[in-house]
Amino acid sequence: MHRTRFFDHVILLIGVFIMVAPVVVAFMTSTHEAADIHRNGLSLTWGGHFTETYEAVLTREGGFTGKVTGLNMMLNSMILGLGFAVGKIVLSMLAAYAIVYFRFPLATFFFWVIFTTLLLPLEVRILPSYEVMNALRLTNTYTGLIVPLLASATGTFYFRQFFKSVPDELLEAARIDGAGPFKFFIDVLVPLSRTMMAAIFIIMFVYGWNQYLWPTLMTTDEGFFTLVRGIKQILLVWVGSNIPDYNEAFALAILAMLPPVMIVVIFQRWFIKGLTESDK
Amino acid sequence: MRGASGLEGQQTFAKRVQFSSPFLPYLFLAPQLAIIFVFFYWPSVQAIQSSFYLEDPFGFGATFVGMSNYTDVLKSTEYLGIAQFTAIFTALVAFFALSIGLLLAIKADGVIRGNAAYKTLLIWVYAIAPPVAGLIGMMFFNQHIGPLVEFARWFGWDIKVGLDYSDTAFAMIVVSVWKQIPYNFIFFLSGLQGIPVSVREAAALDCRSEFRRFWTVILPLLAPTAFFLLIINVTYALFDTFGVIDVMVKDKAANNPITLVYKVYMDGFRGSDLGGSSAQSVILMLVVLVLTVFQFRFIERRVHYN
Repeated sequence: MHRTRFFDHVILLIGVFIMVAPVVVAFMTSTHEAADIHRNGLSLTWGGHFTETYEAVLTREGGFTGKVTGLNMMLNSMILGLGFAVGKIVLSMLAAYAIVYFRFPLATFFFWVIFTTLLLPLEVRILPSYEVMNALRLTNTYTGLIVPLLASATGTFYFRQFFKSVPDELLEAARIDGAGPFKFFIDVLVPLSRTMMAAIFIIMFVYGWNQYLWPTLMTTDEGFFTLVRGIKQILLVWVGSNIPDYNEAFALAILAMLPPVMIVVIFQRWFIKGLTESDK
Repeated sequence: MRGASGLEGQQTFAKRVQFSSPFLPYLFLAPQLAIIFVFFYWPSVQAIQSSFYLEDPFGFGATFVGMSNYTDVLKSTEYLGIAQFTAIFTALVAFFALSIGLLLAIKADGVIRGNAAYKTLLIWVYAIAPPVAGLIGMMFFNQHIGPLVEFARWFGWDIKVGLDYSDTAFAMIVVSVWKQIPYNFIFFLSGLQGIPVSVREAAALDCRSEFRRFWTVILPLLAPTAFFLLIINVTYALFDTFGVIDVMVKDKAANNPITLVYKVYMDGFRGSDLGGSSAQSVILMLVVLVLTVFQFRFIERRVHYN
């Protein structure tokens, strides 16, 4: 019995090593100078150039136009992540409320209209979506960055499932108290859904922050670049040079992963709850 | 796609008690429907429509060409090669991400002390964006500074990512698997922890071999989770790996392995081949639809919920 436990730990530790080591190495390497990395390869030790590199990456104006800073991109990522998460929650809660709590003739029809969006990911209709954005003159706007991503109904199904598990007696009681649809929604349903909202917020923020393909198509103006979208640009710049700025590339990668990773680690319980409960 | 399995048939949309109002439900649905119509149905219909047209790249109109975009695509050896690569890539990514995720979940489930720490350390990579994972992968497979290249050299394998087709494919698969392990781990672990203690105890009494016990008792109970994850992993490998691939091929798709989604992107945005790209989009839509139908059928018939 003891031996099995020992091997269980060995396998888990190997797993942890494989998952953690690349990112630790990336971070450590980012604190070295570019020339040093070029000579000695990636590093597991502290290089002592943390402040310079990160300050440069965050505040130095770069890009083709020479005006974009890392902070700028971080702010855009934040706007995308928050806007997407909040938008998703508001839209989905309203729609799920209508589907679950109202009797109306077209309910089944709209349910399927919304359900269909789960079948096809954005990736398969990128070109026509881009053309729609062009027609609406939404390229290089925050609206264009966020709103089209909201056109998938995952959130609606999470909330629909959750609302269905709310006991009918609550609505009966609220009605006896004379509560109308708005009052019931705001005073009963929203407070009840707080945990669910938090879980979905976390998942959606991470999802929004990590978007790549859509921002790549939507934003040509560097002022709208997000960190994740900027990664490709960085790569293109350093590929050509003599001694590539490995340190800065790594630093940007670390910055791009920091907020979503922190959220997942800190709100782990809610995150897992949101993922697994809604999917099963 | 995600969450699609949460749909338990069409039987109960409704509650016993409901409001009835002539216009309120429409008001609540309006924002979502508006966005879905403009950004989902409109482009989807347009994709289907333009797949039947040959569009002038400079915007001087379009000619109806029937199925010829489709036949062109399906006859092209380049497209078929990419389709073949996509199939192999998807199978390998799904297989390794699922089996490593499952192995780690089983071990973490068996370990009582340290469970929380392992859980945290194993899931956080979930939050890393695919292109960021791709960038880190690129560095690890870099010709000058990459430790994985040095490691492979010990075994006489000279990895040349970006130059050698199969080496690049190998690196892409490694990065894509790495990124997907946490997701599978979370689901398998919560699936395992959802198995009642009484079932485990009964199984332990009936069957002494731990391996056989897993095979005959635990795995069938995990089947719904595993099947759900299989579909999710296939979708991941088909679509979400775009970022990994885009960073790793560094704009030089010519000699490098790419997937079907990347080809849609290349033809549409680089090659300005609207009709061809749309036809490819529609083909992909059909693939996804088949997957989804398969998922529902399979879940209904083969997989037993306990």
